[in-house]
Amino acid sequence: MIAPFFKFGYFNDEISLVVAFIIGIGFGFFLERGGFGSARLLAAQFYFTDMRVFKVMFTAIVTAMIGVFYLSWIGWVDISLIYYGNTYLLAQIFGGLILGIGFVIGGYCPGTSAVSIATGRIDGIVYALGGFFGIFIFGEAYPMIEGFVNGNYMGMINIPQLLNINYGMILFIVILLAIGGFTAAEWGEKVMAKKRAEK
Amino acid sequence: MTNIKNWFSHHHEDNAGEEALLPKFYWNPYLVGIGLGIVLLASFVIMGRGLGASGALSTVVSVVVNQVAPEHTANNEFYKGYLGDGSVSPFKDWLIFLVIGVFVGGFFSGALAGRNKMIVEKGPNISTKGRLTYAFIGGTLMGFGAKMARGCTSGQGLTGGAMLSVGGWAFMLAVFAGGYAMAYFVRRQWI
Repeated sequence: MIAPFFKFGYFNDEISLVVAFIIGIGFGFFLERGGFGSARLLAAQFYFTDMRVFKVMFTAIVTAMIGVFYLSWIGWVDISLIYYGNTYLLAQIFGGLILGIGFVIGGYCPGTSAVSIATGRIDGIVYALGGFFGIFIFGEAYPMIEGFVNGNYMGMINIPQLLNINYGMILFIVILLAIGGFTAAEWGEKVMAKKRAEK
Repeated sequence: MTNIKNWFSHHHEDNAGEEALLPKFYWNPYLVGIGLGIVLLASFVIMGRGLGASGALSTVVSVVVNQVAPEHTANNEFYKGYLGDGSVSPFKDWLIFLVIGVFVGGFFSGALAGRNKMIVEKGPNISTKGRLTYAFIGGTLMGFGAKMARGCTSGQGLTGGAMLSVGGWAFMLAVFAGGYAMAYFVRRQWI
């Protein structure tokens, strides 16, 4: 096992910030290339006219998921050292619903709003200001909603652990779901394009 | 200096700029997804953690509130989490540097494609003022929701999704459910 490099002490905290900056550049570059700096293109996802949010997100998830699994299988990466968020089920479902509603009203999510600002979108700037305000409201409300936010704690748990099913099997199911989803998305876009042409 | 101004306007004075904003001039979504997936994978392999964005906003909010009312933040576990113990600056943080990188990468890609333009993005049936009002409301909900869920589309969706996190997948399904449930009511803004 040689990775994750940082966890094996190959470089210090200071260097990790440089790594963060470089990875951020890649992240921002691909988001913009995909049209994620544009609120109209992002919102189109919710009207079935352009499903790029779904396509890009799921392709990225499947790519990284397969990559991590493969690198762990050949013994390069210790998958148990990769950190991801703890599960607090109800708060995450509730927060996701609110964020989804905010997404279609505002046209962005946090990462995409950064790209929209970088490419000059004034609505992106206003959206981010709203974001600061929303976090402030959450911070002020935190003492009152602490119980709910910290409830249903399940720890850092993945789907294979939850269902007690082999990691590779879940991986295979996700890939099948993605292929099915992509096929449906392509078909849906064609149907919507036809509908619009008829108008 | 004049060059810098050109980055935000257009390479050509004709209509080439408007055309660059059409969907066909963006890269193929599957190709972009693979690129994004490799960036995420690199983050896992090099750092042992994934991507994120909303945490950087939280740090900024916590620092501002702390400047205005330090006694107030001292009694609030949420702000304290982002401020740390004071031994290092809260801005010396992985997510802060990542988001600075996102700005640079986004700007660079937009500049290459001639898409950097000071405009308000909106559908044809809404005023600029209306669009900006919606943007603020949407942003506020996003900020609140992301903190409730302990992450956003990047941290929970992409990172949690690729690591098959239970909370990440539940969050992501909820985001799409919330978006589709609300879409009908704000359709005038977009279509």
